[in-house]
Amino acid sequence: MNRRSEIARPSPEALLREAAQEGRGRLKVFLGAAPGVGKTYEMLTEGNARRRGGLDVAIGIVETHGRAETEALLGELEIIPRLEIDYQGRILTEMDIDAVLARRPKLVLVDELAHSNAPGSRHPKRYQDVEELLAAGIDVYSTVNIQHLESLNDVVASFTKVRVRETVPDRVLENAEIEVVDIPPDELIERLKEGKVYIPHEATRALGHFFSKSNLSALRELALRRAAQAVDTQMLDYLRAHALAGTWAGGERIVVAVSELGNAEELVRAAKRLADALRAPWTAVHIETPRDAQFSDDDRRRLAQTLQLASQLGAQVASVPAASPIEGLKRFSEEARATQLVIGKSARSRWFELRHGSVVDRLVRGTPGIAVHVLPSPEGPAPKRPGARPMPKGSWGSPSGYLVATALVAAITVLGVSIYTLGNITNIGLLFLIPVMIAATRYGLRTGLFTGALSSLAYNFFFIEPVHTFTIQDPQNIITVLVLLGVAIVTSQLAARVRAQAELAQRSAGQNSALAGFARMLTTTTDPNELGQTLCAEVNRLLGANTVLLLPGDDGLSLAAAVPPENRLEAIEQAAATWAYDHRQPAGRGSDTLTASDWLFHPLAAGEHALGVFGLARAEGGYAIRSDQLPLLLSLLDQAALALERIGLEAEMATITQLKERDRLRAALLSSVSHDLRTPLTTILASIAELKRTGSGDPKLIAALQAEAERLNRFVANLLDMARIEAGALKLALEPVDLTDVVSTAAHDLRRALEGHKIVLDVSPELPLVRIDAQLFHHCLINLLENAGKYADPGTPIIVSASRQPGGIALSVIDQGPGLPPGEEARIFETFTRIEGSDRKGGTGLGLAIVKGFAEAMGLTVAAANREDPKGACFMIRFPETVLVKSGAAA
Amino acid sequence: MSNEPKILIVDDERAILRLLGSALERAGYRTIAAETAREALTALQIDKPDAVLLDLGLPDRDGLELVPLIKAEGVAVIIVSAREATEQKVTALDLGADDYVTKPFDTEEVLARVRTALRHCRAAESEIVTAGDVEVDLTRRRVTRAGDEVHLAPKEYGFLAELARHPGRVITHAQLLRAVWGEAHVADVEYLRVAARSLRKKLEADASAPSLIRNEPGVGYRLIAR
Repeated sequence: MNRRSEIARPSPEALLREAAQEGRGRLKVFLGAAPGVGKTYEMLTEGNARRRGGLDVAIGIVETHGRAETEALLGELEIIPRLEIDYQGRILTEMDIDAVLARRPKLVLVDELAHSNAPGSRHPKRYQDVEELLAAGIDVYSTVNIQHLESLNDVVASFTKVRVRETVPDRVLENAEIEVVDIPPDELIERLKEGKVYIPHEATRALGHFFSKSNLSALRELALRRAAQAVDTQMLDYLRAHALAGTWAGGERIVVAVSELGNAEELVRAAKRLADALRAPWTAVHIETPRDAQFSDDDRRRLAQTLQLASQLGAQVASVPAASPIEGLKRFSEEARATQLVIGKSARSRWFELRHGSVVDRLVRGTPGIAVHVLPSPEGPAPKRPGARPMPKGSWGSPSGYLVATALVAAITVLGVSIYTLGNITNIGLLFLIPVMIAATRYGLRTGLFTGALSSLAYNFFFIEPVHTFTIQDPQNIITVLVLLGVAIVTSQLAARVRAQAELAQRSAGQNSALAGFARMLTTTTDPNELGQTLCAEVNRLLGANTVLLLPGDDGLSLAAAVPPENRLEAIEQAAATWAYDHRQPAGRGSDTLTASDWLFHPLAAGEHALGVFGLARAEGGYAIRSDQLPLLLSLLDQAALALERIGLEAEMATITQLKERDRLRAALLSSVSHDLRTPLTTILASIAELKRTGSGDPKLIAALQAEAERLNRFVANLLDMARIEAGALKLALEPVDLTDVVSTAAHDLRRALEGHKIVLDVSPELPLVRIDAQLFHHCLINLLENAGKYADPGTPIIVSASRQPGGIALSVIDQGPGLPPGEEARIFETFTRIEGSDRKGGTGLGLAIVKGFAEAMGLTVAAANREDPKGACFMIRFPETVLVKSGAAA
Repeated sequence: MSNEPKILIVDDERAILRLLGSALERAGYRTIAAETAREALTALQIDKPDAVLLDLGLPDRDGLELVPLIKAEGVAVIIVSAREATEQKVTALDLGADDYVTKPFDTEEVLARVRTALRHCRAAESEIVTAGDVEVDLTRRRVTRAGDEVHLAPKEYGFLAELARHPGRVITHAQLLRAVWGEAHVADVEYLRVAARSLRKKLEADASAPSLIRNEPGVGYRLIAR
């Protein structure tokens, strides 16, 4: 039931992914099983075909390796010059991504997708360049060999024994069109023998093995399968986006547990393959236990890399604090509703398993309903277990602990001796438990053992017969000594565990209270700069890093807050910040992009928009943030982004209220002006009519009066119309309109003004209806007809005609007269343009500007032209297809 | 007592009151003037005018509020206003106003509209309405053109009859749709356009320059009678 409704609804992720594709360039990848199959040749051939088809094609970078047949194909295609990079005295050339972006071809050819760029380039990897080109809307053709694919890296290495370092994340290919360039292995081996395959010098050693027929067949199979899988995924996306019923595995969720150990990356790749096969979302989780505090820098870096790899392969990444890995995994798997759990079998000793039981067994028992995949750890030197490594310095305990312990033992000895003098009490040894327990609890195992040993010695020396010697006669007393040592061990371990859990809980509580306190601070802020200062200060306090916040202004990003306040950014850092802002992805040291920047920048994003960029750096250099601090930072940034968005919305609301108030005032002013001017005009015109009727006064004078008053009336009407247009305050009342209606009504209304001209209406009653504002269009026609009446030679006809044309309907008002001054046809619709030397004709020059304003508000276009034979002007209004009313609803 | 119709002119501009008054009197009507809504309502009760020329921008009340009150007395109302927005016209006509003239007006035009309104008011409903060479017999539901019977579809006849019942007066789109197609189609202006086209084809001399059924852009249709 539930399942079905889930299938029928379009998946939001799929829709988003489709939406993100729109406006982006498309990637086509020529995928080969091995070098030499002819990927570059194929790509160039197709690029040439597209160019001949009229497409704007350019070469971003192509390596011909001096092969003539490939070079011949370059001939016609434009090559964008490469960028030269000086690296340690050597000149390296790379694709000039800025030149490509500036040139903006429709399609660019970029060879070798997996290539690593020279140090100092914008991105470390070429596929990142390609992603930026795609984001800019440029289509890209590229080439890659199957063994460069991240998730297949291990698999390929396992049978070819050649591991390539340059890899491309699978997600890059997920949305790409994939064409497999395929030749049979025998043919490839033949080509190799003929020297037709370019092989990098350093690789020749491994070649004999790599190009074996069995390897090539396996690689070929991988390539074909990967291509088939890509087609599959894209079809599924389409199906989900369009909610078509299809069959795909549903409901599977995969969780892979990663640790700091070296084999974690293989676990991640295995999980990715499982996720692909099941088409399931997957999460890589690291369970943060008290043991993490003992990690070396190498461990931390390896863990961060593993998590980063997982996220590159498309996983969600989480870090969860828990007292033990098993407990953490159990809880996380339940929360994430995992159905498949991937873990590595750790190289525990048999001894460990005897004591603690198998981790795997306990996990399987503790997670019913979840399939647990256990991957063996690789052969070779087993990574060192924490137990085997030297104890960190701290656990030796502080010297003051030893002093206090010694003092305690001394005090107890004195106490014991004084009691002993009162009578021979055999159980005096129990007294020494007190210093041992205190020392073990407060100062840890080493100090506890030390105290145990000291206590045994003191007990032995002062109380055991023979007294004042270290010899023990009675075996019973040996037990006492052992008990003291045992108590020290057990107590210190218990205490240490309690202490570690308390610390962990404290850290979680600390993070939570920091977040809550921050949220509280933010709710009261109303100014972005103040918010920036709060954010910078808080991150500085919690993570101890230097911080800056950049907010967008009129001329790019500018510094809004900084802690300490003297922080300044260099050009490269400004560039990284801008990149992070534009792409809504982290940039700078510790990220994938512009790593030369000392600062790490994270965008503050709310929904689709970046609202600002947050930067952090360590005063002493190095990575700005530890991987385990990242979740806290991201939470803080999310909260800050929400608060920023809130502040922005509040400001927007205030502006809208202001605008509304201004619109209301403007409307009130317009209507009052129109009333105040019209009322006296009405009186004047009525009085003139009265004078005319009674025949009093000079008829010429009265005629002049009437003409001027009418002109003033039109002028007022035009000014009001123009004010409405310029204020953008036109409210459209769109309805289906019959052009016959409006044209005949306008001609009727103006019959007096156009006296002396025959008005020819040529508007077929068969034309489709148009969806426009009838009143506004009436104004347009009145203005056009008045204009025609003004300039037409006396006695000539004025023609209004409308006809169906490709792309819509064209309506023309045609007069016979002097026409428009040549070259003025376009300018004629501008405000206050009047035909030169025609002042005496009257009019304000507003009429045509109003026609244009009204017409464009309704989605129509206007044009003016001169006509010959008979000479005159023609004004045209075009109705596009979109305003035509299609149906012929029956009456 | 003379039999001349009495016209009540409501406007807050004295000059306009005076000018309209003298024009109407010269045309043979008796006139009463009111400067406010309150005066107008009093005059309506006491003087029992036959028609009211009503300005909308009155100092004490919006003139639109008076329209239903005046119509309730069975008196013709012609709006004379500087407000030229389409929705103002439609509102006034939908409230029952007989006609709408915008300021500045042509005095002759106002007189013509007054004549139409009075004729319609006084003659109750005439059975046969003539427009050009077309005759609409409202009782027998027959339409002839130059003496020959014209066959109309039911909706076409409904449309024409609705106009013919109020010759010379603008019937708003909503009024026509409600009367002929029913409440559910009150926004389907497209129906009117189609009906008007086919009516014109059957009745007009030149369907592309109609002289009988005329459209007021954005407002409604009018039958040019007589």
